[in-house]
Amino acid sequence: MREMLLAIWRYRHFIVSSIKNDLRSRFVRSKLGAAWMILQPLAQVAIYALVLSRVLAAKLPGINNRYAYVIYLMAGMTAWSLFSELLSRSVNMFVDNGSLMKKIMFPRVCLPVIVAGSALVNNVLLLAAAIGVFLLVGHMPTAAYLWLPALFVVNVIFSLGLGLLLGVINVFVRDVAQVMTVVLQLWFWLTPVVYMPTIIPEPLKMALELNPMYHIVLSFQTVMLYGQAPHVRGLIAVGVFGLLMLGVSLLMFRRAAPEMVDVL
Amino acid sequence: MTDKLLTVNALGKAYRDYGTEWKRFASWVGVQVQPKVEHWALKDVSFNVAHGEAIGIVGQNGAGKSTLLKLITGTLRATSGSLAVNGRIAAILELGMGFNPDLSGRENVYHVAGLMGFSRKAIDGVIDDIEEFAEIGSYFNEPTRTYSTGMQMRVAFSTATAFRPDALIVDEALSVGDAYFQHKCFKRIREFRELGTSLLIVSHDSGAVQSLCDRALLLDGGRMVKDGDPAEIMDLYNALIAERENRTVMISKHESGRVQTVSGTREASVEQIALLNEAGDPIEFVDVGQPVVLHIKVAVREDIPRLVLGYMIKDRLGQPVFGTNTHHTGQALENVKAGQCVQFRIAFPMNLGPGSYSVSTALASSETHLVNNYEWRDLALVFSVSNMSRTRFVGTAWVPPVIETAQL
Repeated sequence: MREMLLAIWRYRHFIVSSIKNDLRSRFVRSKLGAAWMILQPLAQVAIYALVLSRVLAAKLPGINNRYAYVIYLMAGMTAWSLFSELLSRSVNMFVDNGSLMKKIMFPRVCLPVIVAGSALVNNVLLLAAAIGVFLLVGHMPTAAYLWLPALFVVNVIFSLGLGLLLGVINVFVRDVAQVMTVVLQLWFWLTPVVYMPTIIPEPLKMALELNPMYHIVLSFQTVMLYGQAPHVRGLIAVGVFGLLMLGVSLLMFRRAAPEMVDVL
Repeated sequence: MTDKLLTVNALGKAYRDYGTEWKRFASWVGVQVQPKVEHWALKDVSFNVAHGEAIGIVGQNGAGKSTLLKLITGTLRATSGSLAVNGRIAAILELGMGFNPDLSGRENVYHVAGLMGFSRKAIDGVIDDIEEFAEIGSYFNEPTRTYSTGMQMRVAFSTATAFRPDALIVDEALSVGDAYFQHKCFKRIREFRELGTSLLIVSHDSGAVQSLCDRALLLDGGRMVKDGDPAEIMDLYNALIAERENRTVMISKHESGRVQTVSGTREASVEQIALLNEAGDPIEFVDVGQPVVLHIKVAVREDIPRLVLGYMIKDRLGQPVFGTNTHHTGQALENVKAGQCVQFRIAFPMNLGPGSYSVSTALASSETHLVNNYEWRDLALVFSVSNMSRTRFVGTAWVPPVIETAQL
């Protein structure tokens, strides 16, 4: 563990420049450049809001804002997009960087750090954009927003724990990445991001409790929409579960590292 | 052993196929699993490299050279044995690896140097040297996607060698790029060497190995055949190739990747062709000026009124260097009967400059193969000439000079 951290420190320059390049190369050749980073998720929110606001807006009690549903949606999307970006990118991170890993010696642990870093930058920007929209529609942030860094941390721990685990397996069994794209879509609809948990029938509520993303998304919504402190219990449970998974995946990553290059 | 830069002991690398990946996963958690197929790319290799030593690594394709280098650089992990590196190793194997086409040359230098573990500050100190060495002018600040392969390779080489490493791994890949820059590269490599950098050079080129290396290792089939003096190793390599050739006469070997053309009516054909040294052993690497015999065996299948053998030595670009035939030498054979075997021994001193050459042969009835072309065979034989014993010179011909100087 110590040596991993040391390696990350020694290669900090590479990590930072990789994150920068990652962001740049995505937008460097488009006219609007970095704006796309925010426009894309905002457009997605706009679409959902447009399509679903009539159906679902009435089901949000206790909020006196015409745009309550939009705020609800954006809060959930902030949580979900960090998760889905981290997961889908870490599943592929070793395969995508295969040729680099085969040819150049560098601490492999840099790769998940780079993925986490660039996903974080993306999503912090997205959060900033969301808050900007909130201000526009007259939804003022409250002190509860101070919870957001903690929510981000829990989200990253859980997403990266799962992503790294699947990323290592994906090197050997490439089907994982294919399956994950489908699973991720299903997971999105199983998590109350677009709809409210209240519309779920009682018998299925139990199952919802078992979905770690439910707790994370719920926390974001609680903080960003209702301006209240999140339910710490569920959050801690997910955090501990995420840490456990991160530990297991790091251990597995260490075991697998020598063989990974052989099959890439 | 601390004075050694590199200590390799009984090193082995196996690629394992477990049949099912579940077994592989099980092996990580400590379960003893027998792999279904185990392919040893390298086995039981031991050697040392002292600081400042230059080692050549020689072997045919698939001998395990790349595997060995990857183990040394650390991208591959050894399956058995041990490897201790005492210093920083830089590899000029995959130039341009890690370059982002949308970034400028300058930005890519920072990025790739970071990948090599250098801080921004350290690169700030050498960025001007890198720019100067690469000599690509204002392109340095343009996106690398606008670069030619040569320009990209210039920037990559400059970056890879911006800091003097304790050991430099050089693959034949270095022959990419124009002659001017290649020369510059080798100059830098020599400078490093003088300053105490060890070199590990992988090459098929006996000239490079013999002129740069103190020692050479010969690998074959993943095992180390010998660790010794470069000249001795090159001879052994020659012998290894000759032996292989005898075993598989019909398979023509063209590592150069050039296409061989065989045409003709096949009444007669070249069955065997070899370059022999004074002792009569087949060789592939020839010293400048060395007396050699081109030995050609021709099988005749049908009665032929007249048989002329022509041969042509071509340089690596296919330009003719020397050629003649038995018509011109007045040695055409008349009335050759079917089933006969004709042997030609063409003795000459190898008065050619260093480089790679090929021999083409022609069997015909006259001085031109346009009349009765029995067989025309391109790339019938490939050999290399390197300058081991003569004064240094350039060019494709060895024209021994006698220079008299007088200070008046």
